[in-house]
Amino acid sequence: MSVAPILEACRAEGRAALIGYLPVGFPSVEGSIEAMKVLVDNGVDIVEIGVPYSDPVMDGPVIQDAAVRALEAGVHLGDIFSAARAVSEAGAGALVMTYWNPVLRYGVDRFAADLAAAGGAGLITPDLIPDEAHDWTAAADANDLDKVFLVAPSSTPERLTKVTAACRGFVYATAVMGVTGARASVGEAAADLVSRTRAATDLPVCVGVGVSTGDQAAEVGRYADGVIVGSALVRCLTEAPTPQEGLAALGALARELADGVRRGRA
Amino acid sequence: MTTTSNVPAYGRFGGFGGRYVPEALIPALEQLEEVWRKAVVDPEFVGELERLQRTYTGRPSIITEVPRFAENCGGARVILKREDLNHTGSHKINNVLGQALLTKRMGKTRVIAETGAGQHGVATATAAALLGLECVVYMGRKDTERQALNVARMRLLGATVVPVDNGSKTLKDAVNEAFRDWVANVATTHYVLGTVTGPHPFPEMVRDFHRVIGVEARQQVLDLVGRLPDAVLACVGGGSNAIGIFHRFIDDRSVRLIGFEAGGEGVASGKHAARFSAGMPGVLHGAFTYVMQDVDGQTVESHSVSAGLDYPSVGPEHAHLLESGRAEYRPVTDEEAMEAFSLLSRTEGILPAIESAHALAGAMKVGRELGPDAVLLVNLSGRGDKDVHTAAAWFGLIDDEGGTVLPATTATTGGDSRSGSSDSSDNSDNSDNSDNSAGAKGMGVQQ
Repeated sequence: MSVAPILEACRAEGRAALIGYLPVGFPSVEGSIEAMKVLVDNGVDIVEIGVPYSDPVMDGPVIQDAAVRALEAGVHLGDIFSAARAVSEAGAGALVMTYWNPVLRYGVDRFAADLAAAGGAGLITPDLIPDEAHDWTAAADANDLDKVFLVAPSSTPERLTKVTAACRGFVYATAVMGVTGARASVGEAAADLVSRTRAATDLPVCVGVGVSTGDQAAEVGRYADGVIVGSALVRCLTEAPTPQEGLAALGALARELADGVRRGRA
Repeated sequence: MTTTSNVPAYGRFGGFGGRYVPEALIPALEQLEEVWRKAVVDPEFVGELERLQRTYTGRPSIITEVPRFAENCGGARVILKREDLNHTGSHKINNVLGQALLTKRMGKTRVIAETGAGQHGVATATAAALLGLECVVYMGRKDTERQALNVARMRLLGATVVPVDNGSKTLKDAVNEAFRDWVANVATTHYVLGTVTGPHPFPEMVRDFHRVIGVEARQQVLDLVGRLPDAVLACVGGGSNAIGIFHRFIDDRSVRLIGFEAGGEGVASGKHAARFSAGMPGVLHGAFTYVMQDVDGQTVESHSVSAGLDYPSVGPEHAHLLESGRAEYRPVTDEEAMEAFSLLSRTEGILPAIESAHALAGAMKVGRELGPDAVLLVNLSGRGDKDVHTAAAWFGLIDDEGGTVLPATTATTGGDSRSGSSDSSDNSDNSDNSDNSAGAKGMGVQQ
C-alpha cells in the first residue's frame, strides 16, 4: 500500500510527515523490529526499513557500522519482509531502503511480489536511477508499490523532470551533497532543492540526509512534505550501553522529532 | 579515435555496464562524458596526450621476446609487451594522464583515486604533481601494509594517502570511500577511477586511454614475427591492462584473448578473486557485471597474493567478452603466479609485478597446450619493484621482522655465496620441477 495517503493526511493536519530510518537486523532481527515499533509508537509516520549491505556508498560511518554489525549478526534479506509486516501492522507506512544488488540477486519480480504481500509500501533506491530501473518500474507497477528515487542539490532541471516523473509516493531530496549522517546545519541547499523539485512535480517532496534534532525537523518541516531522519536514530541504538537504554533513547528522540514537525508550521 | 562497435546500447557492453550510482553523481558523469567525447576529437587534447605519452611516459613501450622463459612454455614463442617500462612502472599512467588532462578541462582542481597495489595511486599522484592538482588516494589498510613502499612513493609525490579501515580493508573498500568523497566534493573534484569498471563512461573511457597498448603491440608483433599472435594474454583484476591490449585484436578472430584472474589459494578454497569462475552477474561500484556475492547479494571478500587483483568484481566489457565467447578467463593460483614470478626473474632478468606474473603463469599453461609453433603476446603490465618485500617473504629470503635470511653455508664456502643457488645450466630444468609444496618455496637458498 502506497505511503501517499499517509502524506496526504499529514498535509491535511498542516504538518510534514516524519520518516524514520532503521536497518533491519541490528542489534538482532527481533530487536530491530521492536525498535521500529518504538518509532511508530512515538510519532513516526513512515518507517524506512534499511537493508544492510556490504558496500553502502551513500552511507556515512553510523549507518555503515550498524550494517556491518547486522550482517555479522546474521541478518538475511528475507528478514525485510517480517519487518515490513510488523511496521505495517503497527499502523505506519513501511518503505524499504535498499541498494540494488540484493534485490537483483533475490529477483526483482519476486522481491516486489513478496514485499507487497508483506504489506510493504515500496522501495527507496539510493543507487538505482530511473534510467536503469526498467525492471523495477515494471515490477512496482504490477504490484502497486511506491518507487522513491532521489534528487540532489547537483540535479539539473532536466534530471529533476526525469527523476520525479519516475517516482511514485514521494520524491526523496538529499539535503546536502554527501553521505548520510547528522549535520550541524541542514543548510539552504535543501530549501532550494525542494523549491526546484516542486517546479517539476506535484508529488510530495521529503528531505533527508543530515537532520538529527527537533529544531532541524521543525525547520525542514516548514517547506518539505516529509522529514527523513536516519543516522541520529541509528546512533541511539549503536551507542547505547544496553538494548533497553537504546530503545528509551530512540523513543525520546522520535518524540522530539515528532514534536518538531508539529510545531514547524505552527 | 576508437571503435565502439561492440557497444550496442548506451553505456552498455551487451547487457553489462550501465550507471548504478547515486543521483547526485549523474551530472558529474554527464559532464565527464561530454568533455571526454569532445576532447578525443580535439587536436589540441589529442596532441597534448600524445606528447605526454612520448616525452613523459616513454611510449611506445617496447616488446621483448623471452626465449629462456619460453622454454617453460612448451617451446612457444613468448613476446612481452613492456608496460612495466612506462614511467611509474605500469600501464596505469596511460589512463591517468588522459583523465588528469580532462580534469583540467573541466576546471576541477582536485583528484581522488582508489588504489590496490598502489600502482594506480602512484600514477595518479604523479599526474597530479605534473599538472598541479591536489591529490587524495584511498587505499585499504591491508594494502597500505603490504605495499608500504608505494604509500611512501605517493606521499613523496605530494599526495595524501588515506588508509581505509572498512570492510575487507582492500581495494573494494577503497573504491567505496572514493565514491563517498566524490559525492561530497564533486563540484571541485574528479574521481580518477583506475580501471575499466564503475559507472558509464568510465569503462569505455578508461579502455580507450589504454587501447594504445594493443595498437602498438599488434604492429610490433607483426613487424617481429610477420604474423598475428595466436593468443594475447593478460592478468585481470578490474581489467584495464587486459582490455587495453585485447581491444585492438577483437576483430582479429584468429587471435585468442585470454585473461587470468587471481585464483588465490584455489577456487575450491573460496580464497580467491576468480569472478568468472565463482561469481555471477550483479551490481557493484556502479556497473552491472560479474560480482563475487552470497545468496543475499552481499559482496564476498576476495583474496589474492596480488593486491592489484584482489577485487571481487571486474570490468563489464570483460563480462561481455566472456558471454559473447570472444575472450576466455581462467584462474591462476598464488603459487603458480609466484613460480612464474621467480622464473621470469631468473631466466630473463625481469622482475614482473605479481599481478603480471599471473599472465606469465598463464603463458606457461597456454604455451604447453598450443606447442612450439604458437606465438603468445603477454602484457607485462607492471614491474615488480613494489613487490620485492612480498616476494622476499614468500620465498623465505627475509624473516618476519624483515631481516635477511642467508644460506647457512655462506660463510664457509670460500666466499662463493651463490654456489648453492641454481645456475643457468640447470635453471629451466630446476624451475620445471620446483617443489611448490615446500614452505619456503625455495628461491636460491636451498642446497
